[in-house]
Amino acid sequence: MARMNMIQAINSALDNMMERDDNVVMMGEDIGYFGGVFRATAGLQEKYGKTRVFDTPISECGIIGAAVGMGAYGLRPVPEIQFADYIYPGMDQLISEAARLRYRSAGEFTAPITVRSPFGGGIFGGQTHSQSPESMFTHVSGLKTVIPSTPYDAKGLLIASIEDNDPVLFFEPKRIYNGPFDGYYDKPVQPWSKHDAGEVPDDYYRIDLGKANIVREGDDLTVLAYGTMVHVALGVIKEQGIDAEVIDLRTLVPLDIEAIEQSIEKTGRCLIVHEATRTSGFGAELSALVQERCFYHLEAPIERVTGFDTPYPHSLEWAYFPGPVRIGEALDKIMKG
Amino acid sequence: MTGESAKTNLPPLSLHVPEPRSRPGDPVDFSDIIVPNAGKQPRPDENADPKDMMDLSYDLVRVLDEKGAAVGPWDPKLNEKQLLKMLRDMALTRAFDERLYRAQRQGKTSFYMKCRGEEATSIAPAMALDSEDMVFPSYRQQGILISRGYPLVEMVNQIYSNKGDKLKGRQLPIMYCSRRLNFFTISGNLATQYPQAVGWAMASAIKGDSRIAAVWCGEGSTAESDFHAAMTFGTVYNAPCIFNVVNNQWAISSFSGFAGAERTTFAARAIGYGMAGLRVDGNDPLAVYAATQWAAQRARTNQGPTLIEHFTYRAEGHSTSDDPSAYRSSDEATEWPLGDPIERLKTHMIGLGIWDEERHAAMDEEVATEVKAATKEAEKNGILGHGLHQPFETMFEDVFEELPWHLREQSEQAIREREIKWPE
Ligand SMILES: Cc1ncc(C[n+]2csc(CCOP(=O)(O)OP(=O)(O)O)c2C)c(N)n1
Ligand SMILES: [Mg+2]
Repeated sequence: MARMNMIQAINSALDNMMERDDNVVMMGEDIGYFGGVFRATAGLQEKYGKTRVFDTPISECGIIGAAVGMGAYGLRPVPEIQFADYIYPGMDQLISEAARLRYRSAGEFTAPITVRSPFGGGIFGGQTHSQSPESMFTHVSGLKTVIPSTPYDAKGLLIASIEDNDPVLFFEPKRIYNGPFDGYYDKPVQPWSKHDAGEVPDDYYRIDLGKANIVREGDDLTVLAYGTMVHVALGVIKEQGIDAEVIDLRTLVPLDIEAIEQSIEKTGRCLIVHEATRTSGFGAELSALVQERCFYHLEAPIERVTGFDTPYPHSLEWAYFPGPVRIGEALDKIMKG
Repeated sequence: MTGESAKTNLPPLSLHVPEPRSRPGDPVDFSDIIVPNAGKQPRPDENADPKDMMDLSYDLVRVLDEKGAAVGPWDPKLNEKQLLKMLRDMALTRAFDERLYRAQRQGKTSFYMKCRGEEATSIAPAMALDSEDMVFPSYRQQGILISRGYPLVEMVNQIYSNKGDKLKGRQLPIMYCSRRLNFFTISGNLATQYPQAVGWAMASAIKGDSRIAAVWCGEGSTAESDFHAAMTFGTVYNAPCIFNVVNNQWAISSFSGFAGAERTTFAARAIGYGMAGLRVDGNDPLAVYAATQWAAQRARTNQGPTLIEHFTYRAEGHSTSDDPSAYRSSDEATEWPLGDPIERLKTHMIGLGIWDEERHAAMDEEVATEVKAATKEAEKNGILGHGLHQPFETMFEDVFEELPWHLREQSEQAIREREIKWPE
């Protein structure tokens, strides 16, 4: 078994899939010769040739639209959008096309594409290299949304996404590409090589979509999180010595509702954490589901900790980020409730 | 259909993927770039029919010849004062870039982008336009702000996201904005400014105004749908707008072939839209000035938009986050056949007898000192650090004109967190 950071794990997943399936092709801005601005596709063009791994014009509409067409032909495209903040010019192709091909053709055409894109803040990227737009996609019928929180999960989930016959948005939390960030930006981040989930098999394996991961078992309350925020939440819980159950959702659509229900029936309390803006964020959906399905088990109101409803600011990044203080306050409130 | 296959006896299809001239370690060969003699390109009337000037979309408008003399019909015949301003602004821009690039390396800010080698493509147009004309820049037109006299200290304040930053620390460094100088707020999303510039120009026409708009993007960005939407609107409404495409050959690691340059020029995009197109030596500041002046005159007299391709070279990395030696030959910049805009204008001015090496060296020193003074002054307002230069409530201002209840609550939350997280 190898030690990998999240980029290497993603690269390994892509490599495995390129090798197993000739129909897997990759395209995106700067992903070919250069191997991507975050190096996720490094070495793959050299290995598989430039008709399977290639650079594209700077047109996200073109990248996603072409992927839909290639998928219709029978390929399994894995386009990269350089930053999730740049996915918007491709929205029409995703929302009106990829998401509905199967439905409107009664299954004659499908869009088996996996759009990979780094997302989230915490790198001083300002408003256009920091956004978390996942709920714009979870709101669309026909799209799956996957967000890993470790190298091990990233590889297994990416393989399952590529093998999935429906369009998948695979958002990579770039703040944790190199290590599990706990929300303390002024402390050094432990690298993945020192973390259990940095152990990643070189060979093919998959983690099925729609299965959450209970990263910490506990009785006091349930924390629902994904991506970077899993680690931030774990850090606060440890600090406060709360016996929380932390569920890493891994897939937002389809959601592992059973894991959520079982946990809340046990704990009776629920905290939802995400970095994305609050209003109409995925936390709103989670909160509604928990209220609808677990109301009689709840002992305290559900709390949401999120990014603020502003564009991601540059200099006030750490004031914006839903870090340990914001999470800590919410935990207090729930536990006293 | 006869039942017979239409695809017999053909070779299997194959996909073409563009490949640049050279990669790291390869010898550089620019011999395919045709550099026509300066002064040979005809200068049509400003009200010429686009159909009658299509050749200029494939040619290269050049004024400065090999010896630095200004020749031919496109010579804008600038006076000494104008030449001096042009030279100094380019030198100042370069000095600014050098110092702020270093500041990023020293950890004073998060990010920086230089325009080395491309200074002429923003400074010459800024001089040829009226200061009241509206410009919609990309992130590489710092030269326009410098030419329009924006205080360097303000630029550095923005780059450091400090107390003095007029944009309240919200924007990534170099994403400037100055309404006073008719300089539109820069977006991180490529080419979005293109249709906006057309809209501004249409508004000016609706109101019977006399101001025109000018917009810039890189050659890579012409692939975005926004570019083509802008061209369509521009031509349909004959909008008083100048479309500048700065073809610096590279878009991060992707060479211009990934935006279509293997097949035609960027100026030739104009032809399909029935628009005037000019392809200009972007390292010849006099040619760039002349082309802008021509296009501005055309726009101002209701003759419509012009697309100008500035053929130039990105002499350094894309940004402080980029290392170009990973994807292109490092000799390209020195071998670039169109030289350096500052050197070329300097040679020209020496030839005219209005400039010499000593004065040039003195100017270089002077602009470096000016930049240094500006950075020192700005540093008094702080450097990026952990960004506590702005009061937290400013984060919630300007999302809307008025603060709704949920942002007010979130603002209170942020201020409460500040007291816990940063008690000092
Ligand atoms: C919509 C969008 N997609 C992708 C990016 C990422 N990106 C930033 S700059 C750049 C290259 C632009 O190249 P070009 O247009 O040639 O301009 P240059 O940098 O050469 O001046 C890319 C791909 C972006 N900022 N916006
Ligand atoms: Mg470019």
